[in-house]
Amino acid sequence: MREYTVPRVVAKILIPYILLYALYVQFHGDFGPGGGFQAGVIFAAGVILYALLFGLAAARRVVPPDVVRVLIAFGVMLYGGVGVATMAKGGKFLDYGVLAHDPVHGQHYGILLVELGVGITVTAVMIALFYAFAGRRSA
Amino acid sequence: MTIAIDVFLMALLVVAAIAVIRLRSLFAAVMLTSVYSLLSACWFTLQDAVDVAFTEAAVGAGISTVLMLGTLSLTQRNEKGGRGGHPILGLAVVLLTGTALVYATFDMPHYGDPAAPIHTHPIYEEYVHASYDKFHIPNIVTSVLASYRGYDTFGEVTVILTAGIAVLLLLSRAREEEGPPS
Repeated sequence: MREYTVPRVVAKILIPYILLYALYVQFHGDFGPGGGFQAGVIFAAGVILYALLFGLAAARRVVPPDVVRVLIAFGVMLYGGVGVATMAKGGKFLDYGVLAHDPVHGQHYGILLVELGVGITVTAVMIALFYAFAGRRSA
Repeated sequence: MTIAIDVFLMALLVVAAIAVIRLRSLFAAVMLTSVYSLLSACWFTLQDAVDVAFTEAAVGAGISTVLMLGTLSLTQRNEKGGRGGHPILGLAVVLLTGTALVYATFDMPHYGDPAAPIHTHPIYEEYVHASYDKFHIPNIVTSVLASYRGYDTFGEVTVILTAGIAVLLLLSRAREEEGPPS
């Protein structure tokens, strides 16, 4: 699709908003619909759209596969890490209330971090799967 | 009015499903599967299941369509004819399963029934009313998903991790076998 001008121009305008919307879904999940799972998929969709229009090589320069592979594990580590942190603070595993002086704030921090972990893992897995499929085509 | 929209969406879903089955062009089938997901997302929105609709639109209509197209570019564009198996046998299995599922719905409470177990169970009070006082999070789905059911969600993320690793291993291994030995 690299030779078509109109989709490229439209995508160039749209991609920042797709990524911004993913971040909105990620961090606004407490108030509206959405959360880590949806945000991760939308963010990955933005990167995949970029890869479809500007080529796999360009996308791999922006989001290197090695970084993606590390991020897959990092999201789960972040989630588990929050659980370990709550245990270290004297609570139960994933009992976010102990993360701050006010249990309500602790819950907010915990849910924010946990959702971030979910979002990072989902984004990274989706991009990695796309790289794996698209990479086979060119190989 | 809502009934009309419900019936219209359901009819479109049935049309899309039959078209996917009858089409021999795999490209068109993939696009129609995406349309099917989008219609399902509209349907979920009508049922006030916005979070589910969101996921269906992003995953079903978005990412999985791209991955299916990626798979399509590795194989042929058209389905090969002459698949094995008796059509009558398949129809019988589908009809039996469908009948069993419809029969099972007779035990379910009616849609929107205030006496349904989900409204009378003690957990309803905790999730719908007490959760806001505890967490100050307006979206109950988020507080249930991340806090009440934190273990479940951790398990789900781990499933995504392992599934991703498994697919990556399969695909990279196949490439090594195809390519010349280095």
